[in-house]
Order: sequence, then structure tokens, then C-alpha cells
Amino acid sequence: MDKIKFATIWLAGCSGCHMSFLDLDEWLIELAQHVDVVYSPVGSDYKDYPDGVDVCLVEGAVANEDNLELIREVRDKTKLLVSFGDCAVTANVPAMRNLQGKTDDTLQRCYLELGDDSRQLPHAPGIVPELLDRVRPVHEVVSVDLFLPGCPPSAERIQNAIAPLLEAKNPDMTGREMLKFG
Amino acid sequence: MAVTTLTIDEVDVAVEAGSTILQASQEAEIRIPVLCHLEGVSDVGACRLCLVEVEGINKLLPACVTEVSEEMKVHTNTPRLQEYRKMIVEMLFAEGNHVCAICVANENCELQDLAVEVGMDHTRFSYRFPTDRDVDVSHERFGIDRNRCVLCTRCVRVCDEIEGAHVWDVAERGEVCKVVTGLNQPWGEVDACTACGKCVDACPTGAIFRKGVTVAEMERDRAKLEFLVTAREKKEWTR
Amino acid sequence: MEWAELQEWADQARQKRKNIRVYCCTSTGCQASNSPAVKKAMDKAVKEANLGTEVQVVSVGCMGFCGQGPIVEVENSQDPNHYRLYEQVTPEQAPSIIKGLQGEIVTATPGNPNHPFFAHQLQIVREHSGQIDPESIEEYLAVGGYQGLHHSLFEMSPEEVVQEITRSGLRGRGGAGFPTGLKWSTVAKMPPGQKYVICNADEGDPGAFMDRSVLESDPHRIIEGMAIAGYAVGADHGYIYVRAEYPLAISRLEKAIKQAKRNNVLGTQIFGSAINFSVEIRVGAGAFVCGEETALIASVSGGRGVPRPRPPYPAVVGLYGKPTLINNVETLGNIAPIITKGADWYASIGTGKSKGTKIFSLTGNVIYNGLIEVPMGITLREIVEEMGGGVPNGGQVKAVQTGGPSGGCIPADQLDISVDYESLSAAGSMMGSGGMVVMDQDTSMVGVAKYYMEFCQEESCGKCIPCRAGTVQMYDLLKKLLAEEATAADLAQLQELCDMVKATSLCGLGQTSPNPVLSTLRYFESEYQDLLQPAMSKV
Repeated sequence: MDKIKFATIWLAGCSGCHMSFLDLDEWLIELAQHVDVVYSPVGSDYKDYPDGVDVCLVEGAVANEDNLELIREVRDKTKLLVSFGDCAVTANVPAMRNLQGKTDDTLQRCYLELGDDSRQLPHAPGIVPELLDRVRPVHEVVSVDLFLPGCPPSAERIQNAIAPLLEAKNPDMTGREMLKFG
Repeated sequence: MAVTTLTIDEVDVAVEAGSTILQASQEAEIRIPVLCHLEGVSDVGACRLCLVEVEGINKLLPACVTEVSEEMKVHTNTPRLQEYRKMIVEMLFAEGNHVCAICVANENCELQDLAVEVGMDHTRFSYRFPTDRDVDVSHERFGIDRNRCVLCTRCVRVCDEIEGAHVWDVAERGEVCKVVTGLNQPWGEVDACTACGKCVDACPTGAIFRKGVTVAEMERDRAKLEFLVTAREKKEWTR
Repeated sequence: MEWAELQEWADQARQKRKNIRVYCCTSTGCQASNSPAVKKAMDKAVKEANLGTEVQVVSVGCMGFCGQGPIVEVENSQDPNHYRLYEQVTPEQAPSIIKGLQGEIVTATPGNPNHPFFAHQLQIVREHSGQIDPESIEEYLAVGGYQGLHHSLFEMSPEEVVQEITRSGLRGRGGAGFPTGLKWSTVAKMPPGQKYVICNADEGDPGAFMDRSVLESDPHRIIEGMAIAGYAVGADHGYIYVRAEYPLAISRLEKAIKQAKRNNVLGTQIFGSAINFSVEIRVGAGAFVCGEETALIASVSGGRGVPRPRPPYPAVVGLYGKPTLINNVETLGNIAPIITKGADWYASIGTGKSKGTKIFSLTGNVIYNGLIEVPMGITLREIVEEMGGGVPNGGQVKAVQTGGPSGGCIPADQLDISVDYESLSAAGSMMGSGGMVVMDQDTSMVGVAKYYMEFCQEESCGKCIPCRAGTVQMYDLLKKLLAEEATAADLAQLQELCDMVKATSLCGLGQTSPNPVLSTLRYFESEYQDLLQPAMSKV
């Protein structure tokens, strides 16, 4: 059987979901028998997201132009997209800036009102991606095939979710062990 | 004692006449999800999670306030009810700003439990991210984070009916509805508050909390509320 | 008080009326177009023409032709042929109308009293509207006022009154059409003790002003209906719950109650009988949901105006926990004539299951708008095309919205349906309280649905989750559709939400809030489809 093309990406999140993924420890070795890691901040060094990816775990919410561009590209090139962790599923902590209002309100608050010595708004077009007006969960931007909540999802939950995918089966996403947010 | 017999999910149940469908289902150990219902205070039928189907009646009925009747046939968990409950819970998550990861009630939250129970892995509704839900920590011992409030009004009812202080009430309407203290004053300025903490124990989420409690540290003493009501109604004073 | 005494009283009131009566509408609609100044100018003109002994200028309530206001009517009791109607009257035209009485040429625009707008009407509730001064109990007595109450108290037992109402086939005019007699008999059958009668005057549908006009034009009629109801069900106290946005209705009601008390029509030992009945006004603070009876009761008793689950129904557990009869203004306006003219007479009007007349406020894209009272069973086409004169500037009717935010849109190809409770609900709309908005070919039906959903989400009390959160989600989806950003999945979600909010909401507001969406989807689905965008990208 051909290895499936496996990817992970990291949008607006803390990378905790990826850390939890690394907590799979020795199961990662087993996983490696079944997958080619074609793109991942923790599993490969490829710079471009390839075509024809079978499964991609998406960590993080969609918060800036860069996230938006990447997730659209990933969606176009991926068969099965997984919202990986609460930030991807609910927008979670990154979305707390939405409570400030729009981008300008947030920047104002962070860099001017709460700033200390050098109060100035960051401005580096083309270098620092522009923030979107609202942080959104992945499924509000592109379609998502599987939701894997948790902050972060435990290694065990991750294993229970992706192991069936390797055999082209749907995981059983029910019960506290698989679903609890937070 | 007059007894009414009925079936709930094909199980025969005999309960005291005048009981509600919810009480009958508890007796039969059949779980009906609830959110606004709290043992010891009056029911308001607001959350609509306990809606059940009764044969011969084409409306859905709230189990918490519907009295049983002889030979009633109740269905508590049909696919239609499951779908409606799931939608209700998903709408609650989309309506407020519920961030389990940083919530005092994480692991001890009825909204979180309900999400698991109805099998919610994400919400299909667009997040509202309301910006006007404020946090009030003016009280010496407690705080309220309205981002986490689901407007079940349990706090309103415990404070009014058990403590007798009526510090809490509801202001505004529609999506901007909110629970308020006193005459919409900062909680700390409300003289009527006895700082008894019953609202903290009643709150299903992390909206009303004890100060000094951090993520996932919330504990509640629900038994205290029930004890007070039993003591008062049945004159049983030991716990 | 003996029957003869009441008759004498009415005769005296009639003798005070002068031969020529000039009716100036001073209801809210005409007031907005300067009618108080017209009335003043009329008074002055009569004085200047030295006609004070023969001509009486009467400040009256609504004559219905609101779009053409201010309206002035001239009636001569000595000469029935001398009946004149003038539209859009200005104060400057007043002297010419008065001089017209002496044969001079009138410069004011004459109206046509035989216009279908008037000819198709059958006025029962509004029979005195525009014919009497609503601020005078004598004027009401002169047209037979309070005879129904007298007849009930002295000639009928409470049971007989209930039976009469039941036999008449009258149904609740507030919207749902519950049989009035059944409601009365439920309250009447509750064990004796404190009971209440409430008049629901919290008219809140956008575009509806039926109840407002009845209260402004003939407040005594409602008080009489309430008193008869109180006698029939065994209640000695009544409340009129009227919205604060109706200041003129409130002040006229206050005057009417004061006059009724002074004349022993209200209070203790009415007409010298053993029956007591008093009426108080409660002013609502502007919440649509307070038209829902349990919310209204909560508000009357001083609480937050939110509904509670029923049963128990107010007829069993109502205001302050006591059995309470709640009827809408228009329902109560039908009571006195049913008693005086009999249930058989009333039941002979209308269709099989919908008896009597219904008042509608005809508005929207229609030439003649205003208030009409028509017999049940009239077709929608007669109302819209004949009475309303159709769409202005040769436009086409696209749909007619009835029933307000709880109702729906009836498409033009169904204009021949009979206006009655059953037919309207079979067409996916409802009778409702009587709002009727005509829409022309340029109306976006998705836009209409969005308008009503915006209203519902703002007016949701917030108590139950499906209504509070569901209407907001539906409104957002409708906005998204109109912004041409929605996909087929969004439309499917809108439909799921309609189903869920309808099935699970606590009260009528939530349960019916999806109706404007459902009815426009039923008849105008292509308009929704045309707004859809391709789905989100996916391999």
C-alpha cells in the first residue's frame, strides 16, 4: 500500500497542538510507516505545500492575511482537512482579540494604550502580515472534514482520531475523551 | 398518595401524581439534558433542552414544567430532539465568548458537559464574538464574567427564592440581554448582596466565580442549595 | 337604573346634537397632517357665519381613509342626501366648507363616499368611529351606548351572556383566532373568587394600527365590552394594557373611564345592580413580546415582561395567580353589538368558521391606504385591487403580507383566496391582528423576510435560547444572502433554523418568527436561489 501524504500546518495558535502531537512518542514511529510527511513545521523542512496531500492537520485560527492565504492553498491541495485543536475549531484564545473590536482597536490597545517606552503602531507591509478584522475558526473560512477539539487534544485523542484515517475509516468522535473542549 | 403511570422511552414509570415529566424520568433513571433547571428553585422552561415528544401532542413539551398524566407516552431522545438539542448547544457557544482553555470552570462546566453529551465537535453557526459583555469584579469575594453567561437565570432564582435577597435580575432584551446586580450597579455596590455565594454555586458555567480561583479550579457546592431547600420544606436540618 | 331611564338618557344626549354635524377627524393619522388646525378653523368659520345654532363641529375618531387625511365629513340629519366628504382638507379651506352649507362653492377636495374603499366595508366594531366625539360619553349614549351592558346585567344571566358569545362564533382578533366563547366559559367555570379581565391593547405589529384607532375613536365601546365580560366571567376588575406609544388612545381611555365612573357605568353597583366592575389602565413600556398574554400578565403585575410556559393558561392561573380573561381590543369591540343585536345576527356574517368582520390596516404599495373593516370571506383581491385601488403608477401586486412578523406573504396569483382564519393559514400566512402590507413587483422578498427577522430578533425577550440566539442567526444568514455572500449550505442552514426555532421556542413570538422566511421561501424560492454563491473551495 502506498504511503499517504500527510501534512500539518500551524496558523494562529500556540503550537501546543503540535507539541501534543509530538507527545505521541513511539507511535510516531508507527505512523511513519504509513505516511510521508510532506509538509509540517515539526516533521519536515519543505517550504512549499505540495499538491495532492491526503490528510492535513490544521492547528490555529485564521487571524492574518498569511493564515488566510495558506489555508486557502492547503484546502485546494488537500483531500481531508482536519481542524486540529480548539483554536482551529472555535478560534479560542486568538479570537479573544475580537472582543476588543476590529484590528485597529486591538492594535491601539496593545501598542499605544498598554505600550511602555516606544509607543508606536507596527507597520511593515510585505514583511509582517496584516491582521484580519476578525479572527475566525477554520471552518468559517474553508470547508473542514474532521474536527478534533481540545486545548490541546491529548496525544491519545490525536492517535484515536488519525489511526482510523490511515485505514480510510472514520474515527468515532463521540464521548468526553474525544470531544471535550478546553 | 395518588399515583400516575406513564411510559418514558418505552419504560413503565409510576410517579406521584402532579410530578413533572423530568421528575418521572429521574425516577426511571432516564437522562434528559437540562440547563436552566436547578434542583431547589422554580422552573422557567427557558433553555428548551428538556423538550420531549409526547404521543398525541404535536408540540414539543418542556419536561421540567409539564405534569405527567395517566398513560402518557413520552419519548425523550428521538433523532429530532437530539438534533434540536445539538443546535441549541451550538448556538450557545456561538452566542457568547466561551473559551474553555482559560475558564475557571473548565472540567467543571455544565455547558462543556452538554457539548460532549450532544456530540458537538464544532458549532455550525457563525460566532458572534459579542464585544459588550463586560466583566465585573467589584465585589469583594466574587466576580462575574458575562462573556461566559448563558442566561439560564439560575443566579436570579437562587438569590430571590433561597437567599431572599433578589440581587440578580435580567436587563435588556434579545441578544443583548444580561444578568445584572442591583439596579444594574457594580456588584460591589449592591447593599442587598449578603455575599452568601449561592449564585456562584448555582452558575452552570464559569460566569460567576470566586475570586482567586484560576483555570479549571472552580468547585461548587450544589448540595448546599438542595440542603437549604430540604431543611426549609421538610424540616430536615442535618446534612 | 331602569331601561326607560337609559333610553331617556340617550334621548337627552341625542337632543344635544345639532342638525348639521361637521366631523373633523382628530385621530393620530389625521393629527399628523394638521387636523387639529382644521377643526379650529372650522369652529371659527361656523362662528363667523353665525351658524352656531344649527351647525356643530365634532372632533371625531378615525374615518379610515388615513392616506387622504385630514378628512372632513358633513352630515345633515334633516337632509340625508346632503352628505359630503372632503379629503386632505387644509385650515384655509374651512370657511369654504361652511359656506358650502349655504350653497356656495367649496374649494376643498371632495371625496367619493361611494368609493369601493367605503362601499365594501361592513362596520361593526367601527360603526361609531368617525361619527361620535370619543371624548364624550353622551355622544356614545346617543348612539345606543351601554345598552348592551344594561341588557346583560338586567335581562341575562352570566351563563346566558357566555352562551350568546359562544353562539356568535366570535374568535379572538389578536391573531390566533381562539374561540372567544370558549375562553370566556373557561374563566367563568373557575371557582368563584377574585378574577380579572384584561384588554390587550399592546398592538405591536409593524404597520398595524387597528386597535389604536378603535381606542382613539370609540373608547367607551371597549369599556362596555370589558364590563360585559366581567359580568359574564365573574370578574370585578379589569385592566387595559396599552402601549405607551399610543398617548392619544391613553388620554381618551382615561377620560372615558372617568366619565363612565361618574355616570355609574363603572364602579360599584353598576346601573344600581349588585354588580361591580372597575377598570384601570396599565401603560406598556414598549416591548412587542408583551402582547403575548403571559408576558402581558407579568408586566401588568409589575414584573419583567417575559412569557412563561403554558399550561397553566391565564384562564386558570393568570394575573396575581387568579383566573384571568384576556381579550384583544377588537374582540371586545364586538361584544356590545353581539349582545344588543344577537348571536344569530352576528353568526350570519362571514364564513363557516370565521364569523363577523375584521379590521385591517391596509398599507404599502397601494393607492388608497387606511383602515378598513370588512366581512370575513371577502377576497384579498377585492381588498387590494378594489378598495385599495391597486398599486400606484400602474404597478403590479407581487404579494400581500398579512399577520405581521408572525404572518406570511401571499403571492399575487392567490389574491382570490377568501380572507378568513383557515384560508390564510392554509396559504402559509395568518390573520394575525390585522396588518396588511401590499408589495409591488420591485419588492425583494428576501428583503421582506430580513425586515421581519430584524424586528423579531430585536423584540425577542431573550428568555429562551432558540428565539434569542436563533433569530439572530437567521437574521445574519438573511443579511449574508442579500449581500450575495451566502452559499447553498447557508440556505439549508436557514431552513433548519426555521424548523428548529418554530418547534422549540417558548412563546408565540419565537414560534412564529420563521413564518415570513418560510412563506417567502414557499412562494419565491427562486429569489433566494438567485442570490446564492458557489460553495467554498474544496477538492
